[in-house]
Amino acid sequence: MDLSSINPLLLIATMIAASMPIFFAAIGELVAEKSGVLNLGVEGMMIIGAVCGFVAAVETGSPIAGVFAAMLAGAALSLLFGLLTQLLHANQVATGLALTLFGLGLSALIGQSYAGIKPPSFPQIGFGTLSELPVIGALLFGYDALVYASAVLVVAVWWFLGRSRGGLALRAVGENQDAAHALGYRVVAIRMGAIVFGGACAGVGGAYLSLLRVPQWTEGATAGAGWIALALVVFSSWKPFRVVLGAFLFGGVTLLQLNLQAVGAEINPVYLSMAPYLVTIVALAAISGTGRGAHLGAPGSLGKPFHASG
Amino acid sequence: MTEFFEVGELSKAYPGVQANDRVSFSMDAGEIHALLGENGSGKSTLVKMIYGIVRPDSGRMTLLGQPHAPANPSVARSRGIAMVFQHFSLFNALTVAENIALGMHRPPRARRLDDQIRATGSNYGLPLNPNARVGDLSVGERQRVEIIRCLLQDPKLLIMDEPTSVLTPQETGILFATLRKLASEGTAILYISHKLEEIRDLCNNATILRAGRVVATCSPQEKSARELAEMMVGSSFSAPERPNSAFGEPLLEVRGISLRPGPTFGTPLKEVSFTVKRGEILGIAGIAGNGQDELVSTLSGEASVDSGDILVSGASLGRTSLESRRRLGLLVAPEERIGHAAAAEMNLVENAFLTGADRMELARFGIANWRKARKFAEAIIEKFDVRTTGAASYAGSLSGGNLQKFVIGREILQDPLVLVVNQPTWGVDAAAAAAIRQALLDLAASGSAVVAVSQDLDELIEISSSIAVLNNGSLSQPRPVANYTRDELGILMGGTHDIRLTAEESNDSA
Repeated sequence: MDLSSINPLLLIATMIAASMPIFFAAIGELVAEKSGVLNLGVEGMMIIGAVCGFVAAVETGSPIAGVFAAMLAGAALSLLFGLLTQLLHANQVATGLALTLFGLGLSALIGQSYAGIKPPSFPQIGFGTLSELPVIGALLFGYDALVYASAVLVVAVWWFLGRSRGGLALRAVGENQDAAHALGYRVVAIRMGAIVFGGACAGVGGAYLSLLRVPQWTEGATAGAGWIALALVVFSSWKPFRVVLGAFLFGGVTLLQLNLQAVGAEINPVYLSMAPYLVTIVALAAISGTGRGAHLGAPGSLGKPFHASG
Repeated sequence: MTEFFEVGELSKAYPGVQANDRVSFSMDAGEIHALLGENGSGKSTLVKMIYGIVRPDSGRMTLLGQPHAPANPSVARSRGIAMVFQHFSLFNALTVAENIALGMHRPPRARRLDDQIRATGSNYGLPLNPNARVGDLSVGERQRVEIIRCLLQDPKLLIMDEPTSVLTPQETGILFATLRKLASEGTAILYISHKLEEIRDLCNNATILRAGRVVATCSPQEKSARELAEMMVGSSFSAPERPNSAFGEPLLEVRGISLRPGPTFGTPLKEVSFTVKRGEILGIAGIAGNGQDELVSTLSGEASVDSGDILVSGASLGRTSLESRRRLGLLVAPEERIGHAAAAEMNLVENAFLTGADRMELARFGIANWRKARKFAEAIIEKFDVRTTGAASYAGSLSGGNLQKFVIGREILQDPLVLVVNQPTWGVDAAAAAAIRQALLDLAASGSAVVAVSQDLDELIEISSSIAVLNNGSLSQPRPVANYTRDELGILMGGTHDIRLTAEESNDSA
């Protein structure tokens, strides 16, 4: 086994890229769950984003248009979830599961004639000579626009939830829906907003997968990434920066195991492919299981149906 | 002259019930006005209409001569109406400052808000740390959060819905001092409570509701608590009598039980010991969250103790299951009526079966005998005057007081050796509460041992032979009721919760 063929710099850069899809999906789901909505349809919204983004990019020739199409597609699917659960009071768990199945099926249908096509490649952001710098150049200035967007997004979500009035209202609705209603907050409207944001983010996560990570369309391309994103939200105790950490961990171990397989490590590849899922869950469970009050992250009204009474 | 606040002919109907029927009353500035009535008499509907949560079907309200018809609570708040809810409308995971900001019309920036909370707090003797998380506060402190949230908006009319049901006597004293100070500054206060003595102490006027109508208006100081209660109920009822009887042998012995706290805010039990004899009612006083739920679940068998032992009739229970404890005669009526004591989506027959199956022999070879179960349920309904359309109604459709009568009655009719009740009359109206207390006294007189866990000191003083106080997981030595003063009990319950009283305020509360 020749470990020296693994370049650590390249590993870090690709690790970040590998973590992007579940990061986007998880940060969107985090906002939805903070408002008290448990949307188990992340996988479905991701794959719809993946296929719509792919199709739009191929048809228009613009990967940016693809990302926006993915955003819209994810948001549209989540809007369906919102209508069913918030206005028609359907059960959130069942609706979310149905959404995933629906998304997987619909994406297969849409993507039928697009298998094997190569999408237009994503433009790199030019930092000029900065990216030529040794080490730092590759570490800081060698990514696509979405990676930088993700950094902005996590800070924005953290600021919105923790510092803004709107974020406070959103957390209040998720924490105690009846009290928020009694104080005059519009529970359903706030939740719809959070659901649609979650859907748009999941769509982008999916597009990252089909346009950048593995630039092609294959049926079932998300391969459970949506479920990992859901678990990530719980194990990160609903904290945005911990979501980043968990996503990096998942991306890192995914790449490490691929590299280990490539260099012919004497570990059964079955175990290696399991590793990212296992390591992420174990590590995050360990983090969230320690420290006083760590379990308090869970929004008090998460998954509860809301009926305005009186 | 125009009144400060006036309600005229306000009506509101829900499907099947006329919640308010042409209700009228008026208030002056600086007046503390009591709203009295049994559960379901329409008090909450009335205040919800004033606060804009519910819209009236007909009628009008005027505030300072202007028509008042709020479309939602924020409109009501912007017009100077504030409300402290019975079930606190607080967010446990958020800080004090965040909770307060959520209830304000236009909150200032975080730093300024913190200063305002501290300033208002010290002005009214309600100190609070703005950055503390509400979930970590005591019940009394949580109420302070609600009150300060209202005060910061400079309210003209403050509505208080059963504010003292969870407070120690000392905390109640501080609350009253705050309310009197507010009233003297011109705020009108609409005060809802079941506690008639408090209303006589605090309020200038009272409006009494029965079945959605105003049945009387009076000055509570001029009436006795009994007269007020009879106006509410519409008939006279008898206060529970305590039969005199000597106690027999010990039926329940608890020896030094300890329990480590669980994952969710559990209070540890520390070496709790007590004995209850045949014919005795032991009252366990204390503010919620001091280990009551933990103690009751170790007795019921839902939690197993880390050390110590529980004996029924001299036999050690060890880790015996809930079912075998019931067979031995140790029955428990927990605090939460819905979800713990009864299943809302099941009917009364099924609910009667759930705890009565063994002792009432409602099942043979694992097959339920529904006819027998129905008879048992009907017996409970008849004997305990449970107002319902029949044994087939869902538990969730009963009012709180009626379901509580059913839950307590279900255990009493199983002829327990030892009965443990947790908050037996919480949120129950006066007449039903009196019936439940009488039933507990009768049970003890018939030779059972009763443990009554309650936050309501008056109740415990009324029914208990002796009282012990649970404070932060430790139980004080039980003493006969006659050997206590109310102040002593209050101090044992955790006293003032580190509130610094000024000399003037402590005079007020005395």
